[in-house]
Amino acid sequence: MQIETFNYDNKIVKQFAIATVLWSVVGMLVGLIIAIQLYVPALNLGIPYTTFSRLRPLHTNAVIFAFVGNGIFMGVYYSLQRLLKARMFSDLLSNVHFWAWQLIIVCAAITLPLGITTSKEYAELEWPIDILITLVWVVFAINLFGTIAKRREKHLYVAIWFYIATIVTVAVLHIVNSIELPVSFLKSYSAYAGVQDALVQWWYGHNAVAFFLTTPYLGLMYYFMPKAANRPIYSYRLSIIHFWALIFIYIWAGPHHLLYSALPDWAQSLGTVFSIMLIAPSWGGMINGLLTLRGAWDKLREDVVLKFMVVAITAYGMSTFEGPMLSLKNVNALAHFTDWIIAHVHIGALGWNGFLTFGILYWLIPRLWNTQLYSKKLANFHFWIGFLGIVFYASSMYWSAFVQTLMWKQFTPQGLLQYPNFLETVLQIIPMYVIRSVGGMLYLTGVVVMVYNLIKTAKQGTFADNEEAQAPALVKDPINYRKGMGHRWIESRPIQFTILALVAILIGGIVEMIPTFLVKTNIPTIASVKPYTPLELQGRDLYIREGCLGCHSQLIRPFRSEVERYGEYSKAGEYVYDHPFLWGSKRTGPDLMREGKKYPNVWHYYHMNDPRLMSPGSIMPPFPWLSDNVLDISSTPKKISVMRTLGVPYPNGFEQVANEELMKQADSISTDLAKAGVVVDPDKEIIAMIAYLQRLGTDIKAKK
Amino acid sequence: MSVVAVLILFSLLVAGGFLFAFMWAVKSGQYDDKYTPSVRMLFDDKNQVFSINKKTNTIKSRTNVEKHNAN
Repeated sequence: MQIETFNYDNKIVKQFAIATVLWSVVGMLVGLIIAIQLYVPALNLGIPYTTFSRLRPLHTNAVIFAFVGNGIFMGVYYSLQRLLKARMFSDLLSNVHFWAWQLIIVCAAITLPLGITTSKEYAELEWPIDILITLVWVVFAINLFGTIAKRREKHLYVAIWFYIATIVTVAVLHIVNSIELPVSFLKSYSAYAGVQDALVQWWYGHNAVAFFLTTPYLGLMYYFMPKAANRPIYSYRLSIIHFWALIFIYIWAGPHHLLYSALPDWAQSLGTVFSIMLIAPSWGGMINGLLTLRGAWDKLREDVVLKFMVVAITAYGMSTFEGPMLSLKNVNALAHFTDWIIAHVHIGALGWNGFLTFGILYWLIPRLWNTQLYSKKLANFHFWIGFLGIVFYASSMYWSAFVQTLMWKQFTPQGLLQYPNFLETVLQIIPMYVIRSVGGMLYLTGVVVMVYNLIKTAKQGTFADNEEAQAPALVKDPINYRKGMGHRWIESRPIQFTILALVAILIGGIVEMIPTFLVKTNIPTIASVKPYTPLELQGRDLYIREGCLGCHSQLIRPFRSEVERYGEYSKAGEYVYDHPFLWGSKRTGPDLMREGKKYPNVWHYYHMNDPRLMSPGSIMPPFPWLSDNVLDISSTPKKISVMRTLGVPYPNGFEQVANEELMKQADSISTDLAKAGVVVDPDKEIIAMIAYLQRLGTDIKAKK
Repeated sequence: MSVVAVLILFSLLVAGGFLFAFMWAVKSGQYDDKYTPSVRMLFDDKNQVFSINKKTNTIKSRTNVEKHNAN
């Protein structure tokens, strides 16, 4: 037996750690700013790039992909090498992975405030960046599997299984959800329309939570929790069982995001059933993490790393109990579109992802720099102020959600809505928004203290890029190898080989057929539903650019309270030309499904310029630049032809006359505004926006 | 609603891949030992020293701290 000497790559871990800390501050700062904008609309500054609706996706992307993403890579690159007793497969790939991932983040930070977005939540980045993400992910996969291939430890510790599940599933999710047809270098339309797009998006959205925010972090928990506690995980057997159960169940729970929508009932129920089943494996993970401290709970008194980790795992348990409860239709009817969901995701983000990352950082940084933590006192301060921040954040959001949803649904004894004015229900919860931002401020303060503490720690220590280690070489067992699933196994089994080859061909064929298959089903089931006019289409893209769907849904659920407030409930057939769908997931403002023809054009003009002029007390940001900017109509022909490729029945040659039609419609809106005493040139963006808003939900004539 | 078929297909693909991985893991003996991996992962700290017992051809590892204590 041969003992080999090799080096662990600590430099790449250091780089990812620095990126994690840096982006955590940025992402949370943006979060704090938009939290305050919700009750101080003046903070939008009246300029496009700092407006709530454009910053919100920046906040979510920064926290998920920049903070948590770098946190994942930091933990994986540290633990993988040690668990496999091998240096990373390729230093070059590690470096490409690091720098390209930061490039993606910078691209996001530039494009999102510019309004360059696909509008699909957590997948907002446009197609060139999507391709870059795919490439980086492949680099990461090669690096990880390459390291596994040259490992010196035969057994794959459970954490590695979690990493593998993450890599494989995120790749599939990202590719399926990002199928889009480019219009220009920075604009594309989703290949799916309406309900179909919604399904794909939330299949992705749910699994992004599962396989980006959960499985990699469970892997990190299985490495860093035992390390920090210096005792083995409670039950290795449980870790194996709960891993396989978790990944087999998770991918089926997506439809719980679309309860009471146009999705068939059986699919909704399936999503609910699998969501309930998820409690078991999720709690398996929580129990395993927490019970690692059995008989050693006294360590919690002293060890700040363990404090962070225990709260993180507890938050994970709470969040994964709440998730299945929110998947019950009756609970979802109350919670959907409210701040309850905001509370739910922040228990996960601040508690589970945030606190676990902080725990890992406090454990890892002193080790990487061969020193002790600079100040335990400051770390303890961070723990308590962060914890307090979560409490403030969650309790205010729960309170806000209960108040608002009950107000939305309250009828008078005479059968009228008690609070018919949506704004009234918003004004009621403003104090909760204030408290929420205080919670966020406390949490961010803790993070800033951590940054200081970690910098001081690094400064007092010394860092070495490479860490020497020794391990015996892995001897491949030749008999076992032949038994395995290697190519030799398949070579001697022609029938199995034929079946596998057939499956591979079938998959290829189906993938090719999907586009035509989908386009055909876009034939409308409602005859009166027509494609958008060129001006409305341009207006719709402005709606996407400004991020209106961050606060306004376009989905009326079949409840009496919603039909009374917004109008006839939404039908699947109304969305067949919506590439992408714009249902939204949160009602900070009212639903806009039936906004068309509700108010005169001039109302919208004043309202977009200064919402408080028409609705005193409104918290909507102003969009005055729409009245100054000239609409770019050079893109119209291309947009029409791309839409036709996707199955929208614009007549042949329509792109040549599209801009003429656009002008005609713009002129009529401009004339109408002039009659009301407002002079706006027909070539302004606001005209297109008004055209789109006035079209919404008017294709079908319902009651009234 | 035809996209449901697509999603189910891809979900089955992922699940099938994991099923394959699971069978590989069991067959190749990954889960024959359900205890020592949890302990072994704790002992990879730096300053680890290996010594080979040539008679039995086994490897002993201990940290410098243990070595120091033994002395």
